[in-house]
Amino acid sequence: MTAATADERGPVTTLATPIALDFDFTPGVAQSRFLRGLEQGKFMGQRCSVCGKVYVPSRGTCPTDGVPTTEDVELSNSGTVTTFCVVNVPFAGQSIEIPYIAAQVLLDGANLSFMGLIQELPATEVRMGLRVEAVWVPEDELAPSLASVRYFRPNGEPDADYETYKEYL
Amino acid sequence: MADSEVLHAAHHIEYPYSRSLGPVLSAFMTGLRDGRLLGVTASGGRIVCPPSEYDPDTGDDVGELVEVGPGGVVESWAWVSTPLRKHPLDRPFAWALIRLDGADTALLHAVDAGSPGAVATGDRVVPRFRPAGERVGSLADIEAFVPEGGAV
Repeated sequence: MTAATADERGPVTTLATPIALDFDFTPGVAQSRFLRGLEQGKFMGQRCSVCGKVYVPSRGTCPTDGVPTTEDVELSNSGTVTTFCVVNVPFAGQSIEIPYIAAQVLLDGANLSFMGLIQELPATEVRMGLRVEAVWVPEDELAPSLASVRYFRPNGEPDADYETYKEYL
Repeated sequence: MADSEVLHAAHHIEYPYSRSLGPVLSAFMTGLRDGRLLGVTASGGRIVCPPSEYDPDTGDDVGELVEVGPGGVVESWAWVSTPLRKHPLDRPFAWALIRLDGADTALLHAVDAGSPGAVATGDRVVPRFRPAGERVGSLADIEAFVPEGGAV
């Protein structure tokens, strides 16, 4: 079976089927607090009153103990790369020049890592245990958004001992 | 923290999917770009339009492509009084199942009838194709169907 056509473009072989979704996102009390912290240029987490773990960003409850987390904790601006991915593949909507490094960063004092961009370091030199610090947008551009954190960069400290982050991979 | 301090924000996500059509739907979409409507021959000589890639009754390969329409008959319809952003028309219209002349199955498309009183089951409709230069090989190459001989 052939798609006979006189059209110089030849047969149609693919169909664009974009899909879009518009929605209102309400982060809730705990994540709003985290986002308000970002607006002030700091990382805010919450500590569980039972196990003592500090979650950032906090969802408002401890997933282990099932209790509300009510104690706010301001975390360090520095952390440790626990694991990472070097992105070499271009994709639609990409806003960062490849190659770039997406890493899980465990902030000092936190018991939960979150994803951040690593820059000011060749992609070939990123490694587990790398010590990094957050670089923020200028103060007048701070917003309740993770976009307030431009990226993380090496902070010059020696690599962290594997034992200190092996639970967070 | 007071409830009034809880944040909310408008989000928009979009994925630029494209799908490979395969031989049957490739022919159907190419036909639309050329301003023609095609069906396929299935078991018992039934003509299926929009064409399916397999016989809907037996699962066998389908047969030859045949031209159908362009006119057809409204089998059923529903009036859309408030079109949404992604609907094919920005004014009220009918979604209709349209059995094209020569076909044994119905195609879903918009009928630009003007008002719900101007569309009825059994009505004859014809496609209003976009200009040839604007057609890309999509069901949207037909802007809408309109009542045959109608003024819309």
